Order: sequence, then structure tokens, then C-alpha cells
Amino acid sequence: MADDSDLLLEVNDLKMYFPIQKGLLRRTTGYVKAVDGVSLSIKKGETLGLVGESGCGKTTTGRCIVRVYQPTEGEIVFHDEGEAVNLNLLARQELKAFRRNMQMIFQDPFSSLNPRMTVLELVGEPLLAHGIARGQELEDRVAEMVNAVGLKVEHLPRYPHSFSGGQRQRIGIARALVQRPKLVVCDEPVSALDVSVQSQVVNLLQDLQSELDLTYLFVAHDMSVVRQVSNRIAVMYVGKLVEVAESEELLRNPKHPYSETLLSAVPRPNPHHAMQRLSLEGEPADPANAPPGCAFHPRCRYMEDICQNEVPELTELTPGRHVACHFADQLQLQGIDYSASIQS
Amino acid sequence: MASDTLLEIKDLMTHFHLQEGIVRAVDGVSFEVRRGQTLGIIGESGCGKSVTAHSILRLVPSPPGNIVNGEILLHRGENGNGDGLVDLAQLDPRGADIRAIRGAEISMVFQEPMTSFGPMHTIGNQIIESILLHQEGVDGSEARELAIENLRRVGIPRAEQIVDAYPHQLSGGMRQRAMIAMALSCSPRLLIADEPTTALDVTIQAQILELMTALQDEYGMAVIFITHNLGVIAEVADEVAVMYLGRIVEQAGVNELFDNPQHPYTQGLLNSIPHIDEAKLARLRAIEGVVPDPYDIPSGCAFSDRCPSFMPGKCDSAMPDLAATGPEHRVRCFLYSEAEEIVTEVADG
Repeated sequence: MADDSDLLLEVNDLKMYFPIQKGLLRRTTGYVKAVDGVSLSIKKGETLGLVGESGCGKTTTGRCIVRVYQPTEGEIVFHDEGEAVNLNLLARQELKAFRRNMQMIFQDPFSSLNPRMTVLELVGEPLLAHGIARGQELEDRVAEMVNAVGLKVEHLPRYPHSFSGGQRQRIGIARALVQRPKLVVCDEPVSALDVSVQSQVVNLLQDLQSELDLTYLFVAHDMSVVRQVSNRIAVMYVGKLVEVAESEELLRNPKHPYSETLLSAVPRPNPHHAMQRLSLEGEPADPANAPPGCAFHPRCRYMEDICQNEVPELTELTPGRHVACHFADQLQLQGIDYSASIQS
Repeated sequence: MASDTLLEIKDLMTHFHLQEGIVRAVDGVSFEVRRGQTLGIIGESGCGKSVTAHSILRLVPSPPGNIVNGEILLHRGENGNGDGLVDLAQLDPRGADIRAIRGAEISMVFQEPMTSFGPMHTIGNQIIESILLHQEGVDGSEARELAIENLRRVGIPRAEQIVDAYPHQLSGGMRQRAMIAMALSCSPRLLIADEPTTALDVTIQAQILELMTALQDEYGMAVIFITHNLGVIAEVADEVAVMYLGRIVEQAGVNELFDNPQHPYTQGLLNSIPHIDEAKLARLRAIEGVVPDPYDIPSGCAFSDRCPSFMPGKCDSAMPDLAATGPEHRVRCFLYSEAEEIVTEVADG
């Protein structure tokens, strides 16, 4: 286990409830428990992958961490050069100044860039906003960043519409990284891109990570992409983490039934892949009305009585591996077997 | 063999005449779909895979889109309600003939089930409408029974209640099931599925793929399955056509294509994606460059500016033909141009 000096971010029991309002008086009739008690930690320089299906709260978790949302409850502690900063206790001005340490890369490169700003303005804006640089220095820093993401200085006076999706995503990456953040939350950064461009952007993110000493929280639904970039993977289901493990460990040897089905559902680009897919009945539960007990129990093939009543805690099964399942130590689950391909 | 063919497309060209110039969205595509088989079409955005599908059903908006060349021959064999060949490319896109085929003999499942159902009518009414339009001698209450039966068959629980639900009341997966129920309500002989699982979660995607395979076995229909996902295509297709900028660059049986990809673009695509059941690579082997602007396609082979095996003077001077390199394997690349037999103009039956 990492000692505390390695930690960059700690999230303790994070909750984000969105009120459901009804009627003329907008009375709150219930809550969508988008994130319901998530605890995780990210070490300096690592990539933590956060996977799950739509509506599981993975994006909300990312947004709470960079404080786009004020979480309902929970602690977010950022370890900055030996100092532990609790983001929830920061005042507005302090938070604004602190924001340069945490940035976000968005999914949709078409809607996340202001169409009326040039590349120079888009990438330079964060520097201006934080008073980091201006004038010639700003232009130099923007040019340097733009080169680092694989665009050219000639592109600076152009507007986003003249770029392809992949290039726009590069602009978004430059805008996020120009202020040298320590933590970057990548929210589905490649899922809107074409297949051939996805791999370019994945490679770019990995190169920039080692060049600029970045720490990533990589939020995505595509297990193969997440595995490519992540040191560890956290699997989320209906607002809660169900499993956290080293990525290769999780793939080979999943310990939560949901991780098992998620892995088995990944379509393999191999027509000889035998149809040994575990079929997963039903659909993800509604976070406004989650089932009692383990939220996964209505879809779980290993369900027992206890699963319907008691919420399993996320507990450490073996060092570095946390699972939230009553039967984690008993189940023999099927992972991904790629022993054959290693030999060949 | 010929009697096996359901749909034959010969040298189809669908162009869009826009202010900025002509976009050759589909530029000389030929393929056959055999009864009961699945043809997968794979390619990135802008490669013309959806326009090809829309051209078959004559759904390309005109203007600006026009089918400027080619034939789309529907073989209506003995069990059809007509006989002989119909060239869909010659039909009036708003005429009675194509409307009798749409939704009945050929139906379509779209990517986004929310936008393809009308929001103002119940799921049931929309399915019933299609049944009443295309099936003679069926009255309202029978059509409703059929609609419920169809919803049940695609695995929708409580079908007799869901039939009265509005599209927004259903989840994405359920809506896509309802969409499939509607597409199958008149027992089509060809189903065109345009990215039917792209908007869905992986576990739901797995359910829908399984459902489609099961229904295909049950109904014996042919399927054209359009997707950008190599994993999905490997699972559903019998034969695969890889498209790039309006043309088929490689076509082969699914096993052959994945075991022995020949076109540099196909090889690039297969290499560039992360393979979850293989050892992890330090870096993905990306294809260089981006898909060119449709107004500014490189001369010669359209892939030449991104191709690792680019041969100067050859690849940038002429477009290679789609030539056979083996039984059931055709490639559009000069690397294989020793292989003689040119199959661009497929001889009739």
C-alpha cells in the first residue's frame, strides 16, 4: 500500500443528491442519489479508471472532485506539496485560485469549446483568468502547449469549426493542461471520436501524463480503453463503487459479479471468440429509487437472501483490492483470459 | 447462387450537391446481400455507410442528395408479394411503390430510438400504424394483438401495458427493443440496422445483439448491420465490407477479414483499437492523420495520405480497383494488384 506521502487526492464518503422537485411550489419530493458514499484515493502520477454504465454516477463523481458541483456530503482532500487541503472548506476566492490544480477534459469536443473564440483565446483564457500570464508570455505558453498536443502555431488564429473532432479534442486538452494542473479529470475523452482518432488521443494523453507529471481520473464506459490507460480501475454501479483493483488484476480475476458481467459484455474484435457471454438480465436500477440491499441484486446471478436486505460495504479483500459484495471471498468469477495471446 | 441473392447493389453513387461543392458520400459501391445472411458495413464517420443504407430505402433527402448512378436491385423471389426484380434506385422516393416496400419488405432500425419514434404517439399506435398500412385484411384490434405479440417477442416485459406507453417513458434499451419490434412487425426480408447499439450501454448492447441474432434465426431475414465498432461486427456479421470515404476498400467473410486483413486501412483499424483479451500494449498503434475533408479527398487512393505502405507515383495517381485476392476476399489496394480478376463490375448471376 502507498503511504500517505504518495497520495494526491482522497475522497471520503462523497455524496451528491439531486433534489427531484414537483409541482408549482417546486417542493422536493425525493432525491436522485447520483453518488452515494464513494470513497477513493488517487496516488501521484497514476491513472485511476472509473467505469460504469450511464447513470451510475461516474461523471458526477468526477465533477464533484473538481467542484463543478458542491457535493451534498463528504470530504475531498487534495495533497498539495505536503499540505492537505480540504476542498469543501475553501472559500470562493480560495477555491478559484485552487482550481488551477484540477482540470477537466470533456467528452464532446463540439459543445465544450466556445465557437466564437480562436484557439489562442480558448487555450489562453485560463492563463488570463488565473492571472498566470499575459501578452507575449501568454502567447508563448499557448504556442508551447498547442505544440505539445500535436497542433501547429498556424492554428492559433482559427476557430473551432475549422477543426475535426480529434483536433478539437486536442484543443480541449491544451486548454485543460496549459495551467499545469496536478490532477486532470478526463470525462469520456475519446468516446465521441472516430476509431482511428481514439487511439491517437489515448496515446497523446499517456505521453502528456509522463511529460507533465499528471495524475488522471479517467472516467469512461469502454472497458478496453480504460484498461489501456489505467493503473487501477474502480467499477461503479448506481452511485456506489462495487470494486477497486489493479487494472490487470481486475480484468483477470474480477471479484464482484457486476465487474464480471461488464467484462463479459465487451464485444471482442474476434469472430472466433466463443459465445461464452454471461447474459445480464434487466437494466441498471434507478438512482432515485435504488433497490434495498445491494443495488445489483435484481440482476445478480449469485443473489442470496442477504443481498436483498443488507448493503454490502466496500471492504479490502486483499491488499489493494476492495470489493462490495457479501460473497466476494467465496465466488469463483470468470475474468478475461489472455494467457494464450501472451505466448503467441 | 443467384436465387440466394436478396439485394444487389451495383456501382451505387449518392452525391450531395452543396454550396461548398459536391460531396461524393457514396462513390461506386457494389455488394450483394444473401437471404438470411448478415452483411456488416464498418467505417468511420463520413465513410458513407449510413448514406448507403438510406439510399436503399430512398431516404436520402433530395435536394441536396441524389442517387446519380447505379442500381439497387431487390429480388422479390417466389415467396414475395411480387415477382422479379425491382430497381429501388429508379423508384420515386415519395411514390407508392417505395412506400409499400419501406417498413414491409425492408425495414430499418436507427441509432437513436428516441428520435426515430414520434414523441406524440404511443409505441403501440406507431407499431399498429405500420401493421395496418402494410398488412391487408387486418383490423384494428387484431393489429393491436399483433403489436403486443411483437413487443413480447423482443423481450419487453408487461407488453400489454407498454403498448400504451409513450417513447419517453421507456429506457434506451427498451426503446430500442420497441424499435426492433416495429421494424419486425411486417416480417421484413431485409432489416437495415444503422448503429443500433451505439447509444446503449455495453450490457444492454449485449442484450440487443443477442436478441437480434435470435430473431434473425427465427424470421430468417437478411440484415445489413452498420457500425463503427469492430467488436460488434465480429459478433454479428457473416460478411464484412469496410468502407472509407464513399468506397468499399475491403470485403470478405468475417473470419477471413479478421484473420487475414489485407487493406492497410483495415489492418490499421484492427491494430489501433485496444484489445481487451490480449496483453496490454505500452502504446496503441494509431493510424496517422485524420479522415480527409470530403471536399478535399486526396487524388488516387483516398487512403494514400495516411497509408503506412504508401507507394509514391502509384497510390497518388490512380484509384485502385476492388480486386479479388482470394475466394470471397476483395481488396482495393495496389499492394495486391498482381491479383488479376477485377470484380468492380460484378457480372449478373
